[in-house]
Amino acid sequence: MGFFIAQLLTGLANAGALFMVASGLSLIFGVTRIVNFAHGSFYMLGAYVGYSLMQVLPGMVGFWTSILLAGVIVGLIGVIVEICVLRPVYRAPELFQLVATFGVILVIQDLTLMIWGAEDKLGPRAPGLAGVVRIMGEPIPKYDLALLAITPFVALALWYLITRTRVGVLVRAATQDREMVGALGVNQSWLFTGVFFLGCALAGLGGALQLPKGGADLLMDFNILTAVFVVVVIGGMGSLPGAYLAAVLISVLGVFGVTYMPQSTLVLMFVIMVLVLMVRPYGLFGRPEVAGEHGQVGEPERPIKPAGAQVRMIVAAGLALLGLMPLYGSSFALVLTTDILIFCLFAASLHFILGLGGLVSFGHAAFFGGGAYVAALLVTYADTPMELAMLLAPLGAGMAAIIIGWVCLRLTGVYFAMLTLAFSQLLWSLVFQWGEVTRGDDGLVNIWPSSWASGTTVYFYLSLVICVGGILFLRHAAHAPFGYALRAARDSARQAEATGINTKRVQWAAFALAGAMAGLAGGLFVFSKGSVFPNELEIARSFDALIVVFLGGVKTLAGGVVGGVALEGVKDVLTRFEYWRLALGVLIIVVVILAPDGLVGTARKLAERTGLLRTPEDSK
Amino acid sequence: MNRKTFLKGLAGAAALAVAGLPAFAQDTIKIGEINHYKRMAAFAEPYKMGIELALEEVNAAGGVLGKPLEFIFRDDQGEPGEAIKIAEELMTRDGAVMLTGTILSNVGLAISSLAAEKKYLYLASEPLADSIVWASGNDYTFRLRTSTYMQAAMLAEAAAKSDAVRYATIAPNYAYGKEAVEAFKKVLTTLKPDVEFVTEQWPALFKIDAGAEVQALERSKPDAIFNVTFGTDLAKFVREGTTRGVFDGRTVYGMLTGEPEYLDPLADEAPEGWIVTGYPWYDVTDDANKAFVDAYQARFNDYPRIGSLVGYMTVLSIQAALEKAGSTETEALKAAFKGLELDTPVGPITYRAIDHQATMGAFVGTTALKDGKGVMVDWTYKDGADYLPTDEEVAKMRPAN
Repeated sequence: MGFFIAQLLTGLANAGALFMVASGLSLIFGVTRIVNFAHGSFYMLGAYVGYSLMQVLPGMVGFWTSILLAGVIVGLIGVIVEICVLRPVYRAPELFQLVATFGVILVIQDLTLMIWGAEDKLGPRAPGLAGVVRIMGEPIPKYDLALLAITPFVALALWYLITRTRVGVLVRAATQDREMVGALGVNQSWLFTGVFFLGCALAGLGGALQLPKGGADLLMDFNILTAVFVVVVIGGMGSLPGAYLAAVLISVLGVFGVTYMPQSTLVLMFVIMVLVLMVRPYGLFGRPEVAGEHGQVGEPERPIKPAGAQVRMIVAAGLALLGLMPLYGSSFALVLTTDILIFCLFAASLHFILGLGGLVSFGHAAFFGGGAYVAALLVTYADTPMELAMLLAPLGAGMAAIIIGWVCLRLTGVYFAMLTLAFSQLLWSLVFQWGEVTRGDDGLVNIWPSSWASGTTVYFYLSLVICVGGILFLRHAAHAPFGYALRAARDSARQAEATGINTKRVQWAAFALAGAMAGLAGGLFVFSKGSVFPNELEIARSFDALIVVFLGGVKTLAGGVVGGVALEGVKDVLTRFEYWRLALGVLIIVVVILAPDGLVGTARKLAERTGLLRTPEDSK
Repeated sequence: MNRKTFLKGLAGAAALAVAGLPAFAQDTIKIGEINHYKRMAAFAEPYKMGIELALEEVNAAGGVLGKPLEFIFRDDQGEPGEAIKIAEELMTRDGAVMLTGTILSNVGLAISSLAAEKKYLYLASEPLADSIVWASGNDYTFRLRTSTYMQAAMLAEAAAKSDAVRYATIAPNYAYGKEAVEAFKKVLTTLKPDVEFVTEQWPALFKIDAGAEVQALERSKPDAIFNVTFGTDLAKFVREGTTRGVFDGRTVYGMLTGEPEYLDPLADEAPEGWIVTGYPWYDVTDDANKAFVDAYQARFNDYPRIGSLVGYMTVLSIQAALEKAGSTETEALKAAFKGLELDTPVGPITYRAIDHQATMGAFVGTTALKDGKGVMVDWTYKDGADYLPTDEEVAKMRPAN
């Protein structure tokens, strides 16, 4: 019994920091509809700032003052980020802002490294709370008990703020219908800034509060991010009581998992998330998203049309130029271009469901990595020749997409995104954990092409044909009746259904096609690199594709491909410099602010304004 | 229009790739060094400094084969795929004669696979995974650092001398953690068949729930604990464990815990009485080691970490191999590395011909607190050659070339 109680208390104490960070994210999302990828970075900043303050402020008073100050300072940093980075892009397409927050992550990572150095900081112990209290014979750290007391206090304060004050009324109103709040004369800008301050301050507070249980290090931003997303989703986006309950649920189950299933540490959280979302699709306390609220922000999208003769000529010339590359390019140029081509196919496949289908997937890496693993496993265990493995990779990934799509498509919007994320994490942990078959993170190595294709030039041509073919195929699908049906389902599911389109089935087919294409890219990838590791299934890989699609332009057909070329090209140059993350982050933020329609969309507008391109109005 | 932009992008990328950097004049011997300088900054920076110190010494003494030795440092973001691309660039465009580097084992394994396929020589300097030289070993890959198996075997040997019978293990839930636990169990049960492993805890790497892990360990009432956690996991584990008293009356055997990279961040909370592998640079007395430590401190106004030592020894190894080969040709270098013997700050080491593993050893000692920080005391340097499986076992694990 004592052991049981002790475990429960440990779990509840762990829930503290998690709740604070998650509630901040939830608030920001609820009001501004921004999925703030950088939230983990504010948590990390809270820890570092708190650590530095504790070095100068002595004693018990100093300790608690430091924690509060850390929250305030991080909140102010959040305000700066909101005003400088996010304000200019609120009118951009839905979720576009997450690209900007991705840039913020990179900037904060390098700045933190510059300011605090590379070595981990061990958090100081809380003065006066260093020891343990024996409860039924089990030692419970005093600081755990302090956390147990503080968390409900913070939660109550938040609850009071949200339900009993005028600010809270506005925040709740904005969460329900921000357009109406704007129409009623509330200054939205300052409301958003205020909420961002509060959300970031909570993250900073969470970071500072966990110092006595750990410390500050440079990896903590990404390490907490998934857990926070899981908590927010289980609780219901925008719901504070939900975030609290979910944080407790995850933490307590996590503690018992450690004891009774020590191997479960990687998967448990995601299993819970999938289960909760299957039963309650909008989280424990979430509500269904209001239709229309998330539809088209900004100007309406133009109908896509097949390229004209002139454009086709230019594309053909460009492909010829690429095809002749072995004549004028170095061997490394071929390697780099192969990489970029594969990545472009991957990005184009995500763009297909995201841009045309309106289905934001946060877990597209499941199919890229899945395809790569299908090929690699076939080679490793069945000595499958490359040609067959490359054929089976998209099939395997497509099958996975059919299954995952069947479950995920019950949801829409951000919940759909989160469920895809959960599934890709499940797949990742399966590959990671099932060492006997997948060799875990030691990966599968020596997966090289058949001898005829092993030369750099031959493999380059192979990738060129498959990737360009795949991209053209996806474009063709966009112009086919199937593509029209898909866009109809995106723009207005009700009207599409009224015209006899089975929207779910169309989306399901598109999801499977995109998965298969990502799997094809994965198959090409594994033979070009000769090995595959669980990294290819990680969240970071999904985010890479996501960033690229948004950066290129969601509402344009070439968005994925252009974004892919641009980002991979820039990365190849920048990573040669020491502070490349800072440079890349700043560059991404600048591009986001200057080109809120993505690279392609903004270039098109620019061309129209300068008269290089005819606007649709001209051609009428 | 869309295609036009698409095209422009592609053409731009192509032009960029073609124009690129012009090939350097071939007046230095270039080594391609790939590492996770950002992702693992705390480990990669001392390593890089160790390399720089050695390079300055080598080049001040006239370089190698009459030419200065040069390292090209590249960041792979900790991504195996990225590392492969960079390796190709280093070898085909930058004119590197061989590759070295990486801390993360998966990146090391990826480069090793490329090395075998493209016939590039690769010296895996820091990755610990046993499979680099055994299960996935190949003819073109050599490894410098004391491997997981060797370090676990040293600790198992120490553990076998104690009275403890009931062991608990705690290791990060990934390949390194699993290999370490497996090796420790294997060697310890061989040396002392009556030991019993009462629990195995597997926290997710860098996401340890220390309170829960400590409770679970306590619950199994072990006599001793084998710890493989490191970095922030170790800090949290030590703090919770000390607070809750799980280490009282138990000996803890800690992989890498004595390395300054991991021990120093713990400051005055460093655990006492743990038996660990590590690097007591503050205490070394023999000439070669002391000379290295002094030179390092004089050069950087900082003390060496284990990474610094490995970086330094990487350069020495490459220098020795180049001199033995008398050429920068891959095949000649490969032949030179097999059975290569050289003197290093920790004494003579050999790159074994049988599995390409260097016999670099490790310092095994007991942790203690001194002047408010953790140190290793009563340590001895164990030669790596004594802690490897028999040649027959190695031959069985390693694929035929």
